[in-house]
Amino acid sequence: MAIPLANAAPESVSGFKRGTLFFKPNLPRNRFNVLFNSIAGVFATTAVLPLFLVLAYVLFKGGSLLRPDLFTQLPPAPGLSGGGIGNAILGTLLVTLLASLIAIPVGVGGGIYLAEYSRKGWFAQFVRFGNDVLAGVPSIISGVFVYGAIVATRIFFNQSYSALAGGIALAVLMLPTVIKTTDEGLRLVSNDLRLGAYGVGASRFVTITRITLPAALTPIATGMVLAIARAAGETAPLIFTALFSPFWPEGVFNPIATMSVLIFNFAIMPYDAQNQLAWAASFVLVIMILLANLLARRLAARTKT
Amino acid sequence: MTFTPPARDDQNLSPSSGVICMSLQNVSISYGSFEAVKNVFLDIPHGKVTAFIGPSGCGKSTVLRALNRMNDLIPGCSLKGRVIFDGHDLYDQRVDPVEVRRRIGMVFQKPNPFPKSIYENIAFGARINGYRGDMDELVERSLRKAAVWDECKDKLRESGFSLSGGQQQRLCIARAIATEPEVILMDEPCSALDPISTLKIEETMHELKKNYTIIIVTHNMQQAVRVADMTAFYNAEAVEGGSGKVGYLVEFAPTEKIFNAPAEQSTMDYVSGRFG
Amino acid sequence: MTGPNKAEAFTLRRRPAFEKLIDNGFRQSTILMAAMVAFVLLAIFATVFLGAREAIGTFGLKFLTTSAWDPVNERYGAFTAIYGTLVSSLLALLLAVPLGIGTAIFITEDLLPSRLRDLIGMMVELLAAIPSVVLGLWAIFVMEPAIRPALGFLHNTLGWLPFFSTVPQGPGMAPAILILVVMILPIITAISRDALNQVPIELRQGAYGIGTTRWGAIFNIILPAAISAITGGVMLALGRAMGETMAVTMIIGNALNFNLSLLAPGNTISSMLANQFGEADGIQVSALMYAALILMLLTFAVNILAQWVVRRLSLRY
Repeated sequence: MAIPLANAAPESVSGFKRGTLFFKPNLPRNRFNVLFNSIAGVFATTAVLPLFLVLAYVLFKGGSLLRPDLFTQLPPAPGLSGGGIGNAILGTLLVTLLASLIAIPVGVGGGIYLAEYSRKGWFAQFVRFGNDVLAGVPSIISGVFVYGAIVATRIFFNQSYSALAGGIALAVLMLPTVIKTTDEGLRLVSNDLRLGAYGVGASRFVTITRITLPAALTPIATGMVLAIARAAGETAPLIFTALFSPFWPEGVFNPIATMSVLIFNFAIMPYDAQNQLAWAASFVLVIMILLANLLARRLAARTKT
Repeated sequence: MTFTPPARDDQNLSPSSGVICMSLQNVSISYGSFEAVKNVFLDIPHGKVTAFIGPSGCGKSTVLRALNRMNDLIPGCSLKGRVIFDGHDLYDQRVDPVEVRRRIGMVFQKPNPFPKSIYENIAFGARINGYRGDMDELVERSLRKAAVWDECKDKLRESGFSLSGGQQQRLCIARAIATEPEVILMDEPCSALDPISTLKIEETMHELKKNYTIIIVTHNMQQAVRVADMTAFYNAEAVEGGSGKVGYLVEFAPTEKIFNAPAEQSTMDYVSGRFG
Repeated sequence: MTGPNKAEAFTLRRRPAFEKLIDNGFRQSTILMAAMVAFVLLAIFATVFLGAREAIGTFGLKFLTTSAWDPVNERYGAFTAIYGTLVSSLLALLLAVPLGIGTAIFITEDLLPSRLRDLIGMMVELLAAIPSVVLGLWAIFVMEPAIRPALGFLHNTLGWLPFFSTVPQGPGMAPAILILVVMILPIITAISRDALNQVPIELRQGAYGIGTTRWGAIFNIILPAAISAITGGVMLALGRAMGETMAVTMIIGNALNFNLSLLAPGNTISSMLANQFGEADGIQVSALMYAALILMLLTFAVNILAQWVVRRLSLRY
């Protein structure tokens, strides 16, 4: 086996410089690489840093204020200390529930229409386009809309600010997300499944409610959880719809306290007790939202396997 | 598990047939814990066309991609053994994979022109390889060598996507030869093409082998017969106790011998169409 | 078959009328719900436009160019807020785009083990889930005091520029821009990451196959292939930044007077709405509605442009 290995470069090398195969860290291209590797690393660190800082402050500052009173008591009057955010926790749950009760049926219905019934007609295109536009409407605008349409007109039993108005404002924000996740979730369902159901004589209604919707349940549920979590943290649509209340919730037709509005109001007050409660409310809100996100991740992971 | 060393026909690899370009010495490649191909010994001759054939899953593409370290891009892929090129082990710690790929070019299964003009598709590679010469001339020369100049010469500024599939693939060959590599790896370059484009690319290969060492993976045995001087036959066998299969090199010899008088029975079965 | 007659086992074979009714009714009701989107959208436009009509009649287009906001004499101009909206969102974008795209590259290209990449990706997504009002709280009590020395340094060295001509004294445009960066970074990162992941593997292999380095491939092949989707994401982030309310409201200072300095308090349309809507009456409500209409049109234009960009610039791979 005295076969020589080719060492010489072929004769046709013209205009190209050939070095050894070894890595040369001093080449401009390798220096360029090192430079940009570090720039990207610094950028990624900068992007993640705020999350760490925000979470750390909310967990430490808010967590240290955690005590049973927080959940059972009303906020103190300005200047006094102690108290809790019980009414705001209850209020956030109530307003988010109202919003979900409105947005989820309507949004799932609209999503079913887009995925299952619509053809390429103008109406479906208009709904899709409108949904994208609605998704881009700033959250404060939804508050302005509900203020103009419901609060100012006193449409509900001559009540102006109310928990229901806040719920509607949040529902307007949730609606595009719910429609989109339902539409996309249903589109993931294989068409063979539908044809199979039609093949045994099932009607459209039965096919959708018994076959396609259950098959798309996890992606849709994931989207719903995220939409609800997002709505629970929204503030701008609530400031002048649900307003705020220092008292326990008094039904859906009266102003109501929510954690997000409480954080806003108490953060800009010059009193330490109120500032502390804002941190505590942030803690509760962030924990709720992070748990919801983890739940959504669990759901999404289940779809993949 | 029985391991038969690959049959090597030293008489036919006589020194008169040229020098060795690349030498694989006991190469095994795994993806994570899954072993894809094992114990490959192979000396690829310089200035010839070498074909890798075998049933799917036998690791022929995996071995090909190991030759210019394209497998580095696949997470979890690792190689044992040595791949000698130009006096160095390509998997030596000190070797720069970028440098390796500049000297060992590659044409892929699916045509993959860059989202740039036809001219830029060629010039880009040359420029990053530090080409200092007449770029127009290089573009024309490369396109001519890849037998696609006539179709392209009037639309060099148009996107590479404006060409047909076969033309795109020849553009990719032109792109590979524009950087003047010493070896060109081709991974089933015709599998996505129609018969006429395939024929044109085979003609291109005949032209190219005057200047380059070409290694081609193909699942089309006629193609191997038409273009290759040497042929390596790979096969796969079930791993005992496992669910997957592991590939290995069965036989490496001149193409004529592989197809007419192979040393191994399994090669005979494959080339006569009895399996695979 | 135990039954005497096959036909009797399938009594439902002829669909009863009420089943058809359900089937049809269900279809109609989904159409109705889909139409709700259009209805809500039109209702928003109508409500805001009708509410703004009085102010549009009174102030006309001068509303856009004057900066007086005087409830006592009932003279209103939204220039300060419009300027603040545009400047804060554009400057935030300027800072967030390189950070976001850089992060996306960092977690899509093979710079890190995949575990670590997924972890960073998840953390950026969680950042998007933190409510705006919580970020505002953090900005007031943590971020603003922490960066004030740096802003002071900026004033001391570049104070001769009108943009840094005031002494930073707490809330202002600069901290608002920084908190906006934190808020839109996740959007840009997530969309850029998806866009980069969608660049076909063949294109990457092609680039590496002719011997490009990692960053050669990124700058010359991968980024150009992903640019349309990334641009769309950046526009979407711009729309979000212009409409973002709470965190900005809490930290921008809500000034009624125009000031060119980024270190001085400023205002945006959305923070003006958040601050004044609850207590406004008379023509002030109408003026706020007018401002809301402008904000809607701005975000609408940006979002339409984003969709157009994605369609127009998209390359075939």
